[in-house]
Amino acid sequence: MMTDADHVRAGLVVIGAGPAGIAAAVVAAERGVRTIVIDRGLEPGGQIWRHRAGAKLPATAMHWLARFGHCDAELLSGASVVDARRAADGVDIVADRGGRPLRVHARDLVLACGARELFLPFPGWTLPGVVGIGGAQALLKSGASFAGQRVVIAGSGPLILPVAASLSHDGARLVTVAEQASGAAVARFGAGLWRSPALVAQAVRYRARFAATRYRTGTWVTAAHGTERLTHVTLTDGSRAWDEAADVLCTGYGLVPSTELARLLGCTMERGAVVVDARQVTSIPRVYAAGESTGIGGAPLSIVEGMIAGLAVASPGAIPASLTRRRSALHRAATRMHQAFAPRQELRTLAAHDTIVCRCEDVRFGALLTASCARQAKLHTRAGMGPCQGRICGPALELLRGWSVDTVRSPIEPTSISVLCADDSDGASASDSASTGADTGSSFSSLAAGAR
Amino acid sequence: MDSSTRVVRITVDQQIVEVPAGVTVAAGLLDAGIWSTRTSVRGEARGPLCGMGVCFECRVTIDDVSAQRACLVAVREGMRVETTSVHAAQGGA
Repeated sequence: MMTDADHVRAGLVVIGAGPAGIAAAVVAAERGVRTIVIDRGLEPGGQIWRHRAGAKLPATAMHWLARFGHCDAELLSGASVVDARRAADGVDIVADRGGRPLRVHARDLVLACGARELFLPFPGWTLPGVVGIGGAQALLKSGASFAGQRVVIAGSGPLILPVAASLSHDGARLVTVAEQASGAAVARFGAGLWRSPALVAQAVRYRARFAATRYRTGTWVTAAHGTERLTHVTLTDGSRAWDEAADVLCTGYGLVPSTELARLLGCTMERGAVVVDARQVTSIPRVYAAGESTGIGGAPLSIVEGMIAGLAVASPGAIPASLTRRRSALHRAATRMHQAFAPRQELRTLAAHDTIVCRCEDVRFGALLTASCARQAKLHTRAGMGPCQGRICGPALELLRGWSVDTVRSPIEPTSISVLCADDSDGASASDSASTGADTGSSFSSLAAGAR
Repeated sequence: MDSSTRVVRITVDQQIVEVPAGVTVAAGLLDAGIWSTRTSVRGEARGPLCGMGVCFECRVTIDDVSAQRACLVAVREGMRVETTSVHAAQGGA
Protein backbone atom coordinates (compact mmCIF):
# COMPACT_ATOMS: atom_id res chain seq x y z
CA MET A 1 0.00 0.00 0.00
CA MET A 2 1.06 3.54 -0.66
CA THR A 3 1.81 5.99 2.12
CA ASP A 4 2.07 9.76 2.01
CA ALA A 5 5.25 10.41 0.11
CA ASP A 6 6.04 6.98 -1.16
CA HIS A 7 8.78 6.41 -3.61
CA VAL A 8 7.25 3.62 -5.61
CA ARG A 9 8.87 1.60 -8.35
CA ALA A 10 6.83 0.11 -11.14
CA GLY A 11 7.52 -1.79 -14.32
CA LEU A 12 5.06 0.41 -16.10
CA VAL A 13 3.60 3.77 -15.20
CA VAL A 14 0.68 5.00 -17.28
CA ILE A 15 -0.21 8.69 -17.14
CA GLY A 16 -3.93 9.13 -17.72
CA ALA A 17 -6.86 6.78 -17.10
CA GLY A 18 -8.86 7.50 -20.24
CA PRO A 19 -9.44 4.88 -22.96
CA ALA A 20 -5.78 4.79 -24.09
CA GLY A 21 -4.35 4.62 -20.59
CA ILE A 22 -6.81 2.01 -19.39
CA ALA A 23 -6.25 -0.19 -22.46
CA ALA A 24 -2.45 0.05 -22.06
CA ALA A 25 -2.61 -0.69 -18.32
CA VAL A 26 -5.04 -3.61 -18.69
CA VAL A 27 -3.10 -5.28 -21.50
CA ALA A 28 0.25 -4.91 -19.69
CA ALA A 29 -1.05 -5.84 -16.22
CA GLU A 30 -2.88 -8.92 -17.57
CA ARG A 31 0.52 -10.03 -18.89
CA GLY A 32 2.18 -9.70 -15.51
CA VAL A 33 3.71 -6.22 -15.72
CA ARG A 34 3.59 -4.35 -12.40
CA THR A 35 1.54 -1.35 -13.48
CA ILE A 36 0.61 1.94 -11.85
CA VAL A 37 -1.81 4.42 -13.41
CA ILE A 38 -1.69 8.07 -12.36
CA ASP A 39 -4.80 10.09 -13.17
CA ARG A 40 -6.01 13.59 -12.41
CA GLY A 41 -9.69 12.62 -12.26
CA LEU A 42 -11.67 11.38 -9.31
CA GLU A 43 -12.74 8.21 -11.15
CA PRO A 44 -11.11 6.26 -13.99
CA GLY A 45 -12.40 6.74 -17.52
CA GLY A 46 -11.01 10.11 -18.59
CA GLN A 47 -13.35 12.70 -20.01
CA ILE A 48 -15.08 10.44 -22.50
CA TRP A 49 -16.01 7.65 -20.08
CA ARG A 50 -16.65 9.99 -17.20
CA HIS A 51 -20.25 9.57 -16.04
CA ARG A 52 -22.68 10.43 -13.32
CA ALA A 53 -23.14 7.79 -10.65
CA GLY A 54 -25.64 5.25 -11.96
CA ALA A 55 -25.63 6.61 -15.52
CA LYS A 56 -25.58 4.16 -18.42
CA LEU A 57 -22.24 3.74 -20.17
CA PRO A 58 -21.53 2.37 -23.66
CA ALA A 59 -20.70 -1.37 -23.75
CA THR A 60 -17.08 -0.69 -24.76
CA ALA A 61 -16.57 1.58 -21.76
CA MET A 62 -18.16 -0.98 -19.40
CA HIS A 63 -15.93 -3.70 -20.84
CA TRP A 64 -12.67 -1.80 -20.34
CA LEU A 65 -13.57 -0.31 -16.96
CA ALA A 66 -14.52 -3.79 -15.71
CA ARG A 67 -11.27 -5.29 -16.99
CA PHE A 68 -9.37 -2.41 -15.42
CA GLY A 69 -11.11 -3.07 -12.11
CA HIS A 70 -10.22 -6.75 -12.21
CA CYS A 71 -6.60 -6.51 -13.32
CA ASP A 72 -3.68 -5.87 -10.97
CA ALA A 73 -2.93 -2.37 -12.19
CA GLU A 74 -2.99 0.12 -9.33
CA LEU A 75 -4.84 3.41 -9.89
CA LEU A 76 -3.67 6.58 -8.18
CA SER A 77 -6.53 8.98 -8.87
CA GLY A 78 -6.75 12.67 -8.08
CA ALA A 79 -3.06 13.06 -8.82
CA SER A 80 -1.58 15.64 -11.21
CA VAL A 81 1.87 14.93 -12.58
CA VAL A 82 4.00 18.03 -12.02
CA ASP A 83 7.47 16.80 -12.98
CA ALA A 84 9.19 13.96 -14.81
CA ARG A 85 12.88 13.36 -15.36
CA ARG A 86 14.75 10.78 -17.33
CA ALA A 87 16.96 8.60 -15.17
CA ALA A 88 19.49 5.91 -16.10
CA ASP A 89 16.97 3.11 -15.71
CA GLY A 90 13.70 4.81 -16.59
CA VAL A 91 11.78 7.93 -15.66
CA ASP A 92 11.23 9.55 -12.24
CA ILE A 93 7.80 11.08 -11.88
CA VAL A 94 6.53 13.54 -9.28
CA ALA A 95 2.80 14.04 -8.83
CA ASP A 96 0.72 16.27 -6.58
CA ARG A 97 -2.00 14.26 -4.92
CA GLY A 98 -4.23 16.57 -2.92
CA GLY A 99 -1.23 18.68 -1.94
CA ARG A 100 0.89 15.65 -1.01
CA PRO A 101 3.89 14.55 -3.05
CA LEU A 102 3.89 11.26 -4.86
CA ARG A 103 7.11 9.94 -6.37
CA VAL A 104 7.06 7.05 -8.79
CA HIS A 105 9.88 5.47 -10.73
CA ALA A 106 8.90 3.93 -14.05
CA ARG A 107 10.97 1.49 -16.04
CA ASP A 108 8.52 1.97 -18.93
CA LEU A 109 6.22 4.96 -19.27
CA VAL A 110 3.03 5.28 -21.32
CA LEU A 111 1.85 8.84 -21.87
CA ALA A 112 -1.92 8.73 -22.32
CA CYS A 113 -2.56 12.34 -21.40
CA GLY A 114 -5.53 12.85 -23.70
CA ALA A 115 -6.63 16.14 -25.16
CA ARG A 116 -8.32 19.39 -24.41
CA GLU A 117 -10.60 21.72 -26.30
CA LEU A 118 -9.40 24.26 -28.80
CA PHE A 119 -10.87 27.66 -28.00
CA LEU A 120 -10.64 30.57 -30.41
CA PRO A 121 -10.99 34.01 -28.81
CA PHE A 122 -13.85 36.31 -29.82
CA PRO A 123 -15.27 39.39 -28.08
CA GLY A 124 -17.00 38.31 -24.87
CA TRP A 125 -15.66 34.77 -24.71
CA THR A 126 -14.39 35.34 -21.17
CA LEU A 127 -17.89 35.99 -19.74
CA PRO A 128 -19.24 33.57 -17.12
CA GLY A 129 -21.75 31.42 -18.99
CA VAL A 130 -19.42 30.81 -21.93
CA VAL A 131 -18.17 27.25 -21.53
CA GLY A 132 -16.53 24.64 -23.71
CA ILE A 133 -18.66 22.18 -25.65
CA GLY A 134 -16.68 19.40 -24.02
CA GLY A 135 -16.64 21.61 -20.93
CA ALA A 136 -20.43 21.54 -20.75
CA GLN A 137 -20.35 17.75 -21.14
CA ALA A 138 -17.74 17.48 -18.37
CA LEU A 139 -19.78 19.73 -16.08
CA LEU A 140 -22.95 17.71 -16.82
CA LYS A 141 -21.13 14.49 -16.02
CA SER A 142 -19.81 15.94 -12.79
CA GLY A 143 -23.34 16.71 -11.64
CA ALA A 144 -24.18 20.17 -12.95
CA SER A 145 -27.62 20.78 -14.38
CA PHE A 146 -28.44 23.09 -17.27
CA ALA A 147 -32.19 22.53 -16.92
CA GLY A 148 -34.17 25.58 -17.96
CA GLN A 149 -31.11 27.43 -19.26
CA ARG A 150 -31.24 28.92 -22.75
CA VAL A 151 -28.23 27.33 -24.44
CA VAL A 152 -26.55 28.16 -27.74
CA ILE A 153 -23.97 25.70 -29.04
CA ALA A 154 -21.60 27.22 -31.58
CA GLY A 155 -18.36 25.54 -32.50
CA SER A 156 -17.21 22.61 -34.54
CA GLY A 157 -16.80 18.88 -34.68
CA PRO A 158 -18.63 15.63 -34.02
CA LEU A 159 -18.66 16.35 -30.27
CA ILE A 160 -21.48 18.85 -30.83
CA LEU A 161 -24.04 16.08 -31.39
CA PRO A 162 -23.68 14.11 -28.12
CA VAL A 163 -23.38 17.32 -26.11
CA ALA A 164 -26.52 18.80 -27.69
CA ALA A 165 -28.30 15.52 -26.96
CA SER A 166 -27.11 15.48 -23.33
CA LEU A 167 -28.05 19.10 -22.73
CA SER A 168 -31.48 18.59 -24.24
CA HIS A 169 -31.98 15.46 -22.15
CA ASP A 170 -30.97 17.45 -19.06
CA GLY A 171 -33.78 19.93 -19.74
CA ALA A 172 -31.78 22.77 -21.27
CA ARG A 173 -33.62 24.97 -23.78
CA LEU A 174 -31.42 24.58 -26.84
CA VAL A 175 -31.79 27.78 -28.83
CA THR A 176 -29.44 27.10 -31.74
CA VAL A 177 -26.85 24.48 -32.58
CA ALA A 178 -24.27 25.98 -34.96
CA GLU A 179 -21.48 24.12 -36.75
CA GLN A 180 -18.87 26.37 -38.41
CA ALA A 181 -18.01 23.83 -41.11
CA SER A 182 -20.01 24.13 -44.32
CA GLY A 183 -23.00 21.91 -44.99
CA ALA A 184 -21.09 20.36 -47.88
CA ALA A 185 -18.12 19.47 -45.66
CA VAL A 186 -20.37 17.93 -43.01
CA ALA A 187 -22.30 15.98 -45.66
CA ARG A 188 -19.05 14.68 -47.17
CA PHE A 189 -17.88 13.59 -43.74
CA GLY A 190 -21.22 11.86 -43.09
CA ALA A 191 -21.07 10.06 -46.45
CA GLY A 192 -17.55 8.88 -45.62
CA LEU A 193 -18.94 7.05 -42.59
CA TRP A 194 -20.64 4.37 -44.74
CA ARG A 195 -18.12 1.83 -43.48
CA SER A 196 -19.17 2.58 -39.90
CA PRO A 197 -22.96 2.13 -39.76
CA ALA A 198 -22.80 2.07 -35.95
CA LEU A 199 -21.41 5.62 -35.94
CA VAL A 200 -24.11 6.80 -38.32
CA ALA A 201 -26.81 5.21 -36.16
CA GLN A 202 -25.31 6.86 -33.11
CA ALA A 203 -25.30 10.28 -34.81
CA VAL A 204 -28.94 9.80 -35.82
CA ARG A 205 -29.87 8.89 -32.24
CA TYR A 206 -28.09 11.96 -30.89
CA ARG A 207 -29.78 14.20 -33.49
CA ALA A 208 -33.18 12.78 -32.60
CA ARG A 209 -32.69 13.88 -29.01
CA PHE A 210 -32.54 17.54 -29.98
CA ALA A 211 -34.83 17.27 -33.00
CA ALA A 212 -36.72 20.45 -32.10
CA THR A 213 -33.59 22.60 -32.51
CA ARG A 214 -32.07 23.46 -35.86
CA TYR A 215 -28.54 22.19 -36.58
CA ARG A 216 -27.11 25.00 -38.68
CA THR A 217 -23.98 24.33 -40.64
CA GLY A 218 -21.81 27.16 -41.95
CA THR A 219 -22.74 29.21 -38.89
CA TRP A 220 -20.48 30.56 -36.17
CA VAL A 221 -20.45 32.85 -33.15
CA THR A 222 -18.80 36.27 -33.53
CA ALA A 223 -19.47 37.81 -30.11
CA ALA A 224 -20.87 37.09 -26.66
CA HIS A 225 -22.54 39.88 -24.72
CA GLY A 226 -23.25 40.62 -21.06
CA THR A 227 -21.59 42.32 -18.13
CA GLU A 228 -21.02 39.77 -15.40
CA ARG A 229 -22.91 36.94 -17.06
CA LEU A 230 -23.77 36.06 -20.64
CA THR A 231 -27.05 37.56 -21.88
CA HIS A 232 -26.92 37.04 -25.65
CA VAL A 233 -24.68 36.00 -28.50
CA THR A 234 -24.17 37.18 -32.07
CA LEU A 235 -24.16 34.50 -34.74
CA THR A 236 -23.46 34.74 -38.44
CA ASP A 237 -23.69 32.55 -41.51
CA GLY A 238 -21.31 34.80 -43.41
CA SER A 239 -24.00 36.80 -45.16
CA ARG A 240 -26.08 38.05 -42.24
CA ALA A 241 -25.63 38.34 -38.49
CA TRP A 242 -28.24 38.01 -35.76
CA ASP A 243 -28.51 37.95 -31.99
CA GLU A 244 -29.86 35.13 -29.83
CA ALA A 245 -30.69 35.53 -26.14
CA ALA A 246 -28.77 32.91 -24.17
CA ASP A 247 -27.78 32.05 -20.60
CA VAL A 248 -25.09 29.63 -21.71
CA LEU A 249 -22.91 29.47 -24.80
CA CYS A 250 -21.05 26.25 -25.47
CA THR A 251 -18.14 26.81 -27.83
CA GLY A 252 -14.99 25.01 -28.97
CA TYR A 253 -13.34 23.98 -32.23
CA GLY A 254 -12.41 20.39 -31.68
CA LEU A 255 -9.60 19.02 -29.57
CA VAL A 256 -5.83 19.49 -29.32
CA PRO A 257 -3.41 16.93 -27.87
CA SER A 258 -2.12 17.41 -24.33
CA THR A 259 1.63 17.17 -24.71
CA GLU A 260 3.25 19.04 -21.79
CA LEU A 261 4.70 15.89 -20.22
CA ALA A 262 6.01 14.55 -23.52
CA ARG A 263 7.64 17.89 -24.32
CA LEU A 264 9.10 18.14 -20.81
CA LEU A 265 10.77 14.77 -21.37
CA GLY A 266 12.02 15.90 -24.76
CA CYS A 267 9.89 13.68 -27.01
CA THR A 268 9.87 14.68 -30.67
CA MET A 269 6.71 16.51 -31.71
CA GLU A 270 5.07 17.02 -35.07
CA ARG A 271 2.09 19.26 -35.80
CA GLY A 272 1.28 19.55 -32.12
CA ALA A 273 1.24 15.80 -31.45
CA VAL A 274 3.73 13.32 -29.99
CA VAL A 275 5.55 11.34 -32.69
CA VAL A 276 5.45 7.57 -32.16
CA ASP A 277 6.63 4.52 -34.11
CA ALA A 278 4.64 1.39 -35.00
CA ARG A 279 4.93 0.15 -31.39
CA GLN A 280 3.76 3.54 -30.00
CA VAL A 281 7.30 4.32 -28.79
CA THR A 282 8.20 8.03 -28.77
CA SER A 283 11.62 9.34 -29.78
CA ILE A 284 12.75 8.30 -26.27
CA PRO A 285 13.28 4.56 -25.70
CA ARG A 286 10.84 3.00 -23.20
CA VAL A 287 8.62 6.10 -23.30
CA TYR A 288 5.41 5.35 -25.16
CA ALA A 289 2.49 7.56 -26.12
CA ALA A 290 -1.05 6.46 -26.96
CA GLY A 291 -4.38 8.07 -27.65
CA GLU A 292 -5.19 11.70 -28.31
CA SER A 293 -1.72 12.99 -27.38
CA THR A 294 -0.39 11.34 -30.57
CA GLY A 295 -3.08 13.06 -32.66
CA ILE A 296 -6.82 13.51 -32.24
CA GLY A 297 -8.70 10.41 -33.39
CA GLY A 298 -11.36 9.52 -30.83
CA ALA A 299 -11.83 6.78 -28.24
CA PRO A 300 -11.75 3.76 -30.60
CA LEU A 301 -8.31 4.79 -31.91
CA SER A 302 -7.14 5.56 -28.38
CA ILE A 303 -8.09 2.05 -27.25
CA VAL A 304 -6.20 0.42 -30.14
CA GLU A 305 -3.11 2.56 -29.54
CA GLY A 306 -3.27 1.83 -25.82
CA MET A 307 -3.52 -1.91 -26.48
CA ILE A 308 -0.52 -1.77 -28.80
CA ALA A 309 1.52 0.19 -26.25
CA GLY A 310 0.56 -2.26 -23.49
CA LEU A 311 1.54 -5.23 -25.65
CA ALA A 312 4.83 -3.63 -26.63
CA VAL A 313 5.69 -2.98 -22.97
CA ALA A 314 4.77 -6.53 -21.97
CA SER A 315 6.69 -8.40 -24.64
CA PRO A 316 9.15 -7.85 -27.47
CA GLY A 317 6.98 -9.91 -29.83
CA ALA A 318 5.32 -8.58 -32.97
CA ILE A 319 2.09 -6.57 -32.71
CA PRO A 320 -0.87 -8.52 -34.19
CA ALA A 321 -1.69 -7.31 -37.72
CA SER A 322 -5.39 -7.04 -36.84
CA LEU A 323 -4.53 -4.25 -34.38
CA THR A 324 -2.21 -2.34 -36.70
CA ARG A 325 -4.74 -2.57 -39.56
CA ARG A 326 -7.46 -1.19 -37.30
CA ARG A 327 -5.15 1.62 -36.19
CA SER A 328 -4.48 2.56 -39.83
CA ALA A 329 -8.18 2.59 -40.70
CA LEU A 330 -8.99 4.79 -37.70
CA HIS A 331 -6.11 7.14 -38.61
CA ARG A 332 -7.66 7.58 -42.06
CA ALA A 333 -11.06 8.30 -40.51
CA ALA A 334 -9.44 10.87 -38.22
CA THR A 335 -7.85 12.62 -41.20
CA ARG A 336 -11.29 12.88 -42.86
CA MET A 337 -12.67 14.38 -39.65
CA HIS A 338 -9.91 16.99 -39.44
CA GLN A 339 -10.47 17.99 -43.06
CA ALA A 340 -14.24 18.29 -42.64
CA PHE A 341 -14.14 20.32 -39.43
CA ALA A 342 -11.04 22.47 -40.05
CA PRO A 343 -11.66 25.97 -38.63
CA ARG A 344 -12.70 28.39 -41.36
CA GLN A 345 -10.57 31.45 -42.11
CA GLU A 346 -13.16 33.87 -40.67
CA LEU A 347 -12.63 32.43 -37.17
CA ARG A 348 -9.08 33.79 -37.18
CA THR A 349 -10.33 37.34 -37.51
CA LEU A 350 -12.87 37.41 -34.66
CA ALA A 351 -10.54 38.65 -31.91
CA ALA A 352 -10.54 42.46 -31.74
CA HIS A 353 -7.66 44.52 -30.37
CA ASP A 354 -9.26 44.61 -26.93
CA THR A 355 -10.31 40.93 -26.89
CA ILE A 356 -8.57 39.04 -24.10
CA VAL A 357 -6.55 36.14 -25.44
CA CYS A 358 -4.61 35.01 -22.35
CA ARG A 359 -7.34 34.63 -19.75
CA CYS A 360 -4.95 34.06 -16.84
CA GLU A 361 -3.05 37.30 -17.31
CA ASP A 362 -5.76 39.28 -19.14
CA VAL A 363 -3.53 39.95 -22.15
CA ARG A 364 -5.44 41.49 -25.04
CA PHE A 365 -4.99 40.55 -28.68
CA GLY A 366 -3.69 44.02 -29.59
CA ALA A 367 -0.81 43.67 -27.13
CA LEU A 368 0.32 40.50 -28.89
CA LEU A 369 0.46 41.91 -32.39
CA THR A 370 4.01 43.23 -32.07
CA ALA A 371 5.45 39.95 -30.79
CA SER A 372 6.98 37.57 -33.29
CA CYS A 373 6.74 34.33 -31.30
CA ALA A 374 5.24 32.82 -28.15
CA ARG A 375 8.49 33.30 -26.22
CA GLN A 376 8.65 37.01 -27.02
CA ALA A 377 4.96 37.46 -26.18
CA LYS A 378 5.59 35.80 -22.83
CA LEU A 379 8.48 38.12 -22.01
CA HIS A 380 6.69 41.28 -23.08
CA THR A 381 3.11 40.64 -22.03
CA ARG A 382 3.08 37.61 -19.66
CA ALA A 383 0.76 35.83 -22.11
CA GLY A 384 0.81 32.13 -21.25
CA MET A 385 2.48 32.67 -17.87
CA GLY A 386 -0.54 32.26 -15.60
CA PRO A 387 -1.77 29.11 -13.85
CA CYS A 388 -2.87 27.36 -17.06
CA GLN A 389 0.57 28.03 -18.55
CA GLY A 390 -0.69 28.70 -22.02
CA ARG A 391 -2.84 25.58 -22.25
CA ILE A 392 -5.79 27.71 -23.44
CA CYS A 393 -4.15 30.65 -25.26
CA GLY A 394 -1.23 28.64 -26.70
CA PRO A 395 -3.20 26.60 -29.25
CA ALA A 396 -5.31 29.68 -30.08
CA LEU A 397 -2.22 31.75 -30.81
CA GLU A 398 -0.82 28.92 -32.87
CA LEU A 399 -3.84 29.30 -35.14
CA LEU A 400 -4.18 33.11 -34.97
CA ARG A 401 -0.50 34.05 -35.20
CA GLY A 402 1.19 30.90 -36.47
CA TRP A 403 3.31 30.64 -33.30
CA SER A 404 4.51 27.22 -32.26
CA VAL A 405 4.05 26.54 -28.57
CA ASP A 406 6.91 27.50 -26.29
CA THR A 407 9.05 24.99 -24.42
CA VAL A 408 7.71 23.64 -21.14
CA ARG A 409 9.41 23.75 -17.79
CA SER A 410 8.91 21.85 -14.58
CA PRO A 411 6.54 21.94 -12.78
CA ILE A 412 4.10 21.49 -15.62
CA GLU A 413 1.15 22.20 -13.34
CA PRO A 414 0.84 24.59 -10.41
CA THR A 415 1.72 22.80 -7.20
CA SER A 416 2.75 23.56 -3.66
CA ILE A 417 6.36 24.18 -2.70
CA SER A 418 6.27 21.13 -0.43
CA VAL A 419 5.53 18.80 -3.32
CA LEU A 420 8.44 20.23 -5.28
CA CYS A 421 10.82 20.01 -2.33
CA ALA A 422 9.91 16.35 -1.99
CA ASP A 423 11.42 15.95 -5.43
CA ASP A 424 14.95 16.16 -4.09
CA SER A 425 14.55 14.71 -0.64
CA ASP A 426 13.79 11.29 0.77
CA GLY A 427 10.30 10.01 1.46
CA ALA A 428 10.26 10.81 5.17
CA SER A 429 11.23 14.46 4.89
CA ALA A 430 8.94 14.82 1.91
CA SER A 431 6.09 13.66 4.12
CA ASP A 432 7.02 16.22 6.79
CA SER A 433 7.22 19.15 4.43
CA ALA A 434 3.97 18.06 2.82
CA SER A 435 2.07 18.31 6.08
CA THR A 436 3.62 21.72 6.73
CA GLY A 437 2.45 22.86 3.33
CA ALA A 438 -1.05 21.62 3.97
CA ASP A 439 -1.18 23.31 7.37
CA THR A 440 -0.24 26.70 6.07
CA GLY A 441 -2.27 26.24 2.95
CA SER A 442 0.66 27.34 0.87
CA SER A 443 -0.09 27.13 -2.79
CA PHE A 444 2.08 28.77 -5.36
CA SER A 445 -0.09 28.77 -8.39
CA SER A 446 2.23 30.92 -10.44
CA LEU A 447 5.41 29.27 -9.24
CA ALA A 448 5.48 27.11 -12.31
CA ALA A 449 5.51 29.95 -14.71
CA GLY A 450 7.58 32.54 -12.93
CA ALA A 451 6.96 34.62 -9.84
CA ARG A 452 4.04 36.97 -9.93
CA MET B 1 -30.13 8.15 -9.47
CA ASP B 2 -30.18 7.82 -5.73
CA SER B 3 -27.11 10.02 -5.32
CA SER B 4 -29.05 13.04 -6.53
CA THR B 5 -31.67 12.66 -3.82
CA ARG B 6 -29.11 13.28 -1.06
CA VAL B 7 -27.77 16.76 -0.45
CA VAL B 8 -24.79 18.12 1.41
CA ARG B 9 -24.47 21.59 2.89
CA ILE B 10 -21.47 23.65 1.90
CA THR B 11 -20.63 27.27 2.66
CA VAL B 12 -19.97 29.50 -0.31
CA ASP B 13 -18.69 32.98 0.55
CA GLN B 14 -20.31 32.72 4.01
CA GLN B 15 -23.66 31.61 2.62
CA ILE B 16 -24.92 28.09 3.22
CA VAL B 17 -25.83 26.29 0.01
CA GLU B 18 -27.39 22.86 -0.40
CA VAL B 19 -25.95 20.88 -3.30
CA PRO B 20 -26.45 17.30 -4.49
CA ALA B 21 -24.08 14.81 -2.87
CA GLY B 22 -21.37 13.41 -5.13
CA VAL B 23 -21.07 16.35 -7.49
CA THR B 24 -17.94 18.44 -8.02
CA VAL B 25 -17.64 21.86 -6.41
CA ALA B 26 -17.93 23.47 -9.85
CA ALA B 27 -21.15 21.60 -10.57
CA GLY B 28 -22.51 22.45 -7.12
CA LEU B 29 -21.78 26.14 -7.62
CA LEU B 30 -23.51 26.19 -11.03
CA ASP B 31 -26.54 24.41 -9.60
CA ALA B 32 -26.67 27.09 -6.89
CA GLY B 33 -26.68 29.73 -9.63
CA ILE B 34 -23.10 30.82 -8.98
CA TRP B 35 -21.48 31.17 -12.39
CA SER B 36 -18.70 33.54 -11.43
CA THR B 37 -15.93 31.91 -9.45
CA ARG B 38 -13.19 34.48 -9.63
CA THR B 39 -12.25 38.02 -10.56
CA SER B 40 -9.51 38.28 -13.17
CA VAL B 41 -6.36 40.34 -12.76
CA ARG B 42 -8.08 43.28 -14.48
CA GLY B 43 -11.29 42.87 -12.49
CA GLU B 44 -13.47 40.85 -14.84
CA ALA B 45 -15.90 38.16 -13.71
CA ARG B 46 -14.87 34.65 -14.73
CA GLY B 47 -16.40 31.21 -14.40
CA PRO B 48 -15.78 27.59 -15.39
CA LEU B 49 -14.70 27.07 -19.00
CA CYS B 50 -13.13 23.67 -19.64
CA GLY B 51 -14.71 21.62 -16.85
CA MET B 52 -11.72 19.29 -16.73
CA GLY B 53 -8.92 20.97 -14.82
CA VAL B 54 -7.08 22.64 -17.69
CA CYS B 55 -8.11 26.30 -17.74
CA PHE B 56 -7.97 27.14 -14.00
CA GLU B 57 -10.85 29.60 -14.41
CA CYS B 58 -12.91 27.87 -11.69
CA ARG B 59 -10.20 28.08 -9.06
CA VAL B 60 -11.50 28.84 -5.57
CA THR B 61 -10.32 28.51 -2.00
CA ILE B 62 -11.57 25.29 -0.40
CA ASP B 63 -11.21 24.85 3.36
CA ASP B 64 -8.47 27.50 3.44
CA VAL B 65 -6.42 25.95 0.63
CA SER B 66 -6.27 28.48 -2.19
CA ALA B 67 -6.27 27.94 -5.95
CA GLN B 68 -8.19 24.65 -5.97
CA ARG B 69 -9.82 23.74 -9.24
CA ALA B 70 -13.52 23.47 -8.36
CA CYS B 71 -14.09 21.08 -11.26
CA LEU B 72 -11.65 18.52 -9.80
CA VAL B 73 -12.88 18.41 -6.21
CA ALA B 74 -15.99 16.62 -4.94
CA VAL B 75 -18.26 18.43 -2.47
CA ARG B 76 -18.16 17.33 1.17
CA GLU B 77 -20.53 18.13 4.03
CA GLY B 78 -19.37 21.28 5.79
CA MET B 79 -16.92 22.30 3.06
CA ARG B 80 -16.05 26.00 2.99
CA VAL B 81 -15.69 27.47 -0.49
CA GLU B 82 -14.51 31.02 -1.08
CA THR B 83 -14.70 32.57 -4.52
CA THR B 84 -13.01 35.80 -5.52
CA SER B 85 -15.99 36.89 -7.56
CA VAL B 86 -17.33 40.41 -7.36
CA HIS B 87 -20.43 39.08 -5.59
CA ALA B 88 -18.27 37.56 -2.88
CA ALA B 89 -16.67 40.94 -2.23
CA GLN B 90 -20.15 42.45 -1.91
CA GLY B 91 -20.99 39.92 0.78
CA GLY B 92 -23.35 37.60 -1.06
CA ALA B 93 -23.34 34.91 -3.72
